[in-house]
Amino acid sequence: MIEFALNYAWLVPLLPVLSFLTIVFLTRPWARLSSAVAIGAMLGSFLLASSLAWGVFTNPAFIEEPLHYSLRWLGMEGFTVNAGILIDPASAMMLFMVSLVALLVQIYSTGYMKGDPHYSLFFAYLSLFAASMLGLVISSNLLQMFIFWELVGLCSYLLIGFYTYKVSAREAAKKAFITTRIGDFGMLLGILFLQIQFNTLDLLELAAVIPNFAQLGVSLGLLTLIAILFFLGPVAKSGQFPLHVWLPDAMEGPTPVSALIHAATMVVAGVYLVGRMLFLFVEVPGSLTVVAFIGAFTALFAATIAVTQREIKRILAYSTVSQLGYMMLALGVGSLSASLFHLWTHAFFKALMFLAAGSVLHALHNKADVWEMGGLIRKMPITGWTFVVGGLAIAGIPPFAGFWSKDEILLVTWEYARHGHALGYLFFAFAALTAFLTAFYIWRLIFLVFFGPEKANDHVHESPLSMTLPLLVLAVLSGVAGLIGTPWTNLWSTWIHFGDAHSGEPAYLLMLLSVVLALAGIGLAFILYCKDQDKQAARSLAKKYPALYNLSYRKYYIDEAYTWFTRKIVDGGAKVIYLFDIYLVDGVVNGLAALTKGSGQGLKYLQTGKLQTYALIFFLAVLVLTVAFNLDSANALAHLGGVK
Amino acid sequence: MMTFPFLTTALLAPVIAALIIVFLPKEKVKFYKTTAAIGTGISLFISLYVYFGYDQATGGLQWVDFGRPIPWIADLGVTWHMAVDGLSLPLLLLTNLIGFTAVFASWNVSKRPKELMILLLLLITGVMGTFVAQNLFIFLLFYEVVVIPIYIMVVIWGSSKRVTKEYAAMKLTIYLLIGSAFLLVGVIALFVKSVALSGTADMSFEALAQIDFPEQFQIYIFALLLVGFGSLLSMWPFHSWSPDGYAGAPTAVSMIHAGVLKKIGGYGLIRFAIYVLPLGANFWAPYIAVLGVIGVAYAAMSALAQKDLKYLVGYSSVSHMGYVLLGLASLGVIGVNGAVAAMFAHGVMASLFFAMIGFIYERTHTRYIPDLGGLSHYAPRLAAGFMLAGMASLGLPGLVTFIPEFTIFLASFEVFGWLAVVAIAGIIITALYILRAGANTLFGPANPQFKGLQDLKGPEMVPLVVLGSVLVIGGIMPSLLFDMIDSATAPIMTQINAALQIGGR
Repeated sequence: MIEFALNYAWLVPLLPVLSFLTIVFLTRPWARLSSAVAIGAMLGSFLLASSLAWGVFTNPAFIEEPLHYSLRWLGMEGFTVNAGILIDPASAMMLFMVSLVALLVQIYSTGYMKGDPHYSLFFAYLSLFAASMLGLVISSNLLQMFIFWELVGLCSYLLIGFYTYKVSAREAAKKAFITTRIGDFGMLLGILFLQIQFNTLDLLELAAVIPNFAQLGVSLGLLTLIAILFFLGPVAKSGQFPLHVWLPDAMEGPTPVSALIHAATMVVAGVYLVGRMLFLFVEVPGSLTVVAFIGAFTALFAATIAVTQREIKRILAYSTVSQLGYMMLALGVGSLSASLFHLWTHAFFKALMFLAAGSVLHALHNKADVWEMGGLIRKMPITGWTFVVGGLAIAGIPPFAGFWSKDEILLVTWEYARHGHALGYLFFAFAALTAFLTAFYIWRLIFLVFFGPEKANDHVHESPLSMTLPLLVLAVLSGVAGLIGTPWTNLWSTWIHFGDAHSGEPAYLLMLLSVVLALAGIGLAFILYCKDQDKQAARSLAKKYPALYNLSYRKYYIDEAYTWFTRKIVDGGAKVIYLFDIYLVDGVVNGLAALTKGSGQGLKYLQTGKLQTYALIFFLAVLVLTVAFNLDSANALAHLGGVK
Repeated sequence: MMTFPFLTTALLAPVIAALIIVFLPKEKVKFYKTTAAIGTGISLFISLYVYFGYDQATGGLQWVDFGRPIPWIADLGVTWHMAVDGLSLPLLLLTNLIGFTAVFASWNVSKRPKELMILLLLLITGVMGTFVAQNLFIFLLFYEVVVIPIYIMVVIWGSSKRVTKEYAAMKLTIYLLIGSAFLLVGVIALFVKSVALSGTADMSFEALAQIDFPEQFQIYIFALLLVGFGSLLSMWPFHSWSPDGYAGAPTAVSMIHAGVLKKIGGYGLIRFAIYVLPLGANFWAPYIAVLGVIGVAYAAMSALAQKDLKYLVGYSSVSHMGYVLLGLASLGVIGVNGAVAAMFAHGVMASLFFAMIGFIYERTHTRYIPDLGGLSHYAPRLAAGFMLAGMASLGLPGLVTFIPEFTIFLASFEVFGWLAVVAIAGIIITALYILRAGANTLFGPANPQFKGLQDLKGPEMVPLVVLGSVLVIGGIMPSLLFDMIDSATAPIMTQINAALQIGGR
């Protein structure tokens, strides 16, 4: 089985492609059959991915020598693309994680989407997404990866706008596509530069040649430019400042989509890609600093927004943005291991929280304001308690998963600072403050939604097993998934690392700090939103600092600024150019036509067919000629026919 | 050997179908629609057969009708020389893909369907002829054949809002004719010079390409050809016929015109202008690149300001042709491959787009975006076709349009540097106007005004299925297209580069 999985790794993405095609062309009229096809294919992918991951993680050879095979996909003089498969511990981990979460989300969706008129289509889209995401993960070539990268974007677009009758969903889908396209523009330039300078887009070949960039005549400045342009793609895809604006709006999609695409898998593609290309970034330290700065800033920035949001999924979305910032920060300080570790644990606890939020919304018929909820844990114990597990994991309470990975990020940032990067202390401060805010906003949500007095919601009941089962599985994973990367037995960093495997002493002081920050956040949330029954303190705080509150609640007015830019500058410019086109360019064309027509109009009087007119013209012409040539009269008369 | 005249047969099939239709009674609507479908179907089948039977390893001109050029007007070196290579084949296939589907896109036209079908068939033959003729004279002959049906079709079956359809028809025709006037001057000068230089009269592209014309002469003649072919390709600033023309034209004409007819301009530039006059091309290349880049950005911005779907796609097609020019101007294998592939890809995409817009117009009697909305609730297949075309238009990877754009970017970025970046930034604007149009036409709340709107069914599905499959297959397996094109451009570019080495710099 392991041997088979390794040799036929391309089946992992292919199975969901087949289920996509089956659903679209065959089983669409039969909803339950469609979901069965999708889940069956996903289960197949998951089993293959699991045995593949097992094969990779039990065989240390893969760590140094990735499994790589490829075929010619396109070729011409000076440009060849070999598409193929690259399996190393990082991609094996991703295959496992993506197929697992996709499987759980599809099972959940059989309950959540029940009765939707486009139920089959939903599963078709989910299958297409899973296929593209799995394809992205195992691609061995940057262009191939870019194709899948855009395809996951397409699926994201289709699924955000899944409720096509909603104007908000339609606008959010469009915004997501266009915002990520801005990033892709930069990334495309980066890819073009790489192809032109190094004449290959194969990941392993690039990793081999880029360290020798100086010998190949590529300057450090150019390489920095390439790295930063390239980084724009991940900035947009992984919701980093300033291209994060689409991700919170993406919550317009059905909640399983938010869990799968906008929390666990697609949005981490940017992190994964930067991780894959870390060999480029480490060559130009300047670009790494940019990555770290964007990451740290985004982490804090999004956390400050999350603390005041009222919609349950919006809070989680800003939380995702913030956690993705953590992952970028870890990459920026050079630790692939810590970044992907957080990616791994985050996938479980964030998918868990989204699915649990979906369960709540399902029960409340999509009333999303956390202030209108309360005491739900009694009516929905599984949803409530699994959410609490997720809350503990993200806040960083040991031994839940998030604690280990976040601690690892704090540790590598601290070490980065200690090794002479002054900015590192700033990053560390950002990260620590974010840790506190994270615990606070998540537990604010938990206390408001699940605890306190019950609000008027009589018909609320726990979701069906199809929805609670994935929650339970994810809750278990959120509990234990971090244990493979504890500082004492850090299996994780022996598997997945860039450069030398990280092996430091356990930093107990740092762990203590991390736990204290988490507890402080939870405690503050408890005081403000649980102990204080009518939340007077919280409300008066918002009233006392309206400017600060609004800045956070209105998301720093960034959306407004972008809307202004699009409406005024882009659309205004478009209008100006269009007017230029119809009045100036076309004006010249029509002018020429009018000139031709006009001269024709004028000249047509020369051919009226009236003899008198001709005679008149004839006479006038003679007169003119006579005067013009200044002939003496006798000669002139002679010319006119000899009359004397 | 292969002496059966496959290509001539492909050319004649629509003409014969048209002749049959002439003699069919007016009432037998189904009958002559089927005849038209069979006629174009035969051509499509032959072009597929020839495409996949072409031996890429050998390259060069193959499938020569009757096995050799048939002399026609000996004094002028005119021969009936029908043959294909990797440059003509994709465009021949494109013509017949679009021709075949255009018949189905016009299936429900109720106004004088008989005449429409006849003219459509003649138009298809005319366009096809330009791509298989290896003789300059015959090439121009077919090009002129195209003009007549277009004018009549726009005037009779057209529809327009901003300008009258008569204006649109006139503009389209006059632009075509002015373009051909420039071409004619250039061709005559070239022919006279070629006779003077080589002593023999031969109007085949291959023979002309062997002659070393003086550099100054090449520069002058190339300029004439550039204006001629450029205005056909809607090169900025000779583009303004394109949005008005497409908006005015009936669906089938928009499909063929945007899909293949304007590609005659790009084809002519590479097959004739660049191939025969490499030094002229080299001189003008930077200017072409600049005009191409302006075209990309300018037309994309103009498209953003459009409210009429056909105008939007019209400007969009001007923008895409800017990419083609940019690829050609790079004068390298990668860029020229990309340009030819982009013409194919754009043809498939644009004709699908126009077919879908035609169906929308047929059903709602409007193309004005603010009047539309929520169509996907009533017509999901129509919406799928629209979005598929839209996604191809914005160059979504995985569809046939992406790799051509990528190769053009690659080549032009290397040659022209930051100038190309402006064109690459066009992908953002394109996404903006396409997604806006899609969102405002198809999505949002269902509009009760369109209740009971029919989704695509029966023959109407043909354009979506045929063109949609090409979009997807070409995206997944770009080598199907690129290997073919490369088999022609690689030797041509080698020859051109050799000429450039000798001829100056």
